[in-house]
Amino acid sequence: MDDPLLIAGETFSSRLIMGTGGAPSLDVLDRALAAAGTELTTVAMRRVSPASAGSVLDLLTERGIRVLPNTAGCFTAAEAVRVARLAREALHTSWVKLEVIADERTLLPDPVELLAAAEQLVADGFTVLPYTSDDPVLARRLEQTGCAAVMPLGSPIGSGLGIRNQHNIELIVESAGVPVILDAGIGTASDAAVAMELGCAAVLLATSVTRARDPELMAEAMRLAVSAGRLAFLAGRVPRRRYALASSPPAG
Amino acid sequence: MRVIINGEARQVAGPISLAAAVALLTSAPSGVAAAVNGDVVRRGAWQSTRLADGDEVEVLTAVQGG
Repeated sequence: MDDPLLIAGETFSSRLIMGTGGAPSLDVLDRALAAAGTELTTVAMRRVSPASAGSVLDLLTERGIRVLPNTAGCFTAAEAVRVARLAREALHTSWVKLEVIADERTLLPDPVELLAAAEQLVADGFTVLPYTSDDPVLARRLEQTGCAAVMPLGSPIGSGLGIRNQHNIELIVESAGVPVILDAGIGTASDAAVAMELGCAAVLLATSVTRARDPELMAEAMRLAVSAGRLAFLAGRVPRRRYALASSPPAG
Repeated sequence: MRVIINGEARQVAGPISLAAAVALLTSAPSGVAAAVNGDVVRRGAWQSTRLADGDEVEVLTAVQGG
C-alpha cells in the first residue's frame, strides 16, 4: 500500500524515525537501523574529540538514510539556535530536530525557550521538527510559528513509560495541519502501534531499540508495529461499547 | 597568544587561522562545523579567518544521539 509520510515536501516510505543514541556499538546500530527500515535518523552534535572512534555519519551515508541533527543538551533558545546552525554547516541540511530541555532529571522540554528557538530557526530558513510536551496548545503555537511537524512526547526520554496521555495526543492530531510525530517514551512495540492508531504520522524512538536485549529484533518489531498501527488507523477501529454486540446472527 | 578551543585553553605561536585551529583537533574533511565566539564560520572562510587573543572556538561534529 502506497502511503508515504510527507514532511516539508519530502516523502518517506517508512514512518519509523530512529535515534542513534544508546547503541552498544556502531555494528549493532547498523543492523538495527537496517531492520527498522528507517529512512530518517537523528544524530547529536558534540565537540570533536580526537578519541572518537568510527563515524555514525558514515554509517548513515552508506545506508542512504537521511540525517536529522538534533539540539540535544541545549537548555536555552540561544544554545539551540547555535547548535542548529553548526549542524547545518557540518551536515549540509537545514532540517533540525529542535530540543530545548528544562532540566537533566526529566529532560522535559522548556516550552518558553522551545517556542523562541523555533521562531528564530524558522525565520532563518530551517525546517524545524520540535520535540515538545504533549500539550495541544503548545503544539498549535509551534505549528503557527511555521514548524514542519510537531513531535510530542509520549513520556520522558528514555523512560519507556509509553504514552501517558493518549487523550492529549489525540487532541494534537485532531487539530494539527502538519505531521504529528510521537517522540520519546516508547518502551515496546505496542506503544508504537498505539501512537500510530491515535493518528500520529510517524514515531521517533531510540532507547527502546538500542538498549533492548536484542536491538535488531526489537527494531524489526517496531517496524511491524508502526505499519500495523498505521493500517489500523486507516482502517478505522470499531467504537468501544459498554455491552456486548453479538457477532453471530441472533435469529435462525 | 591564547585561544580556547573546545573549552581548552591553548597557547599558540603568533597569528593562527581558524583552519589551523580546527586542524589541531581533527583532519576530518567533512561533517565538521566551527564557531568563533558563538558565530558559525562557513568552511570556505576558515582559512581567511584569523583568531585573536582570547577567542573561543567551538568545533562540532555528529555523534550518536537522539
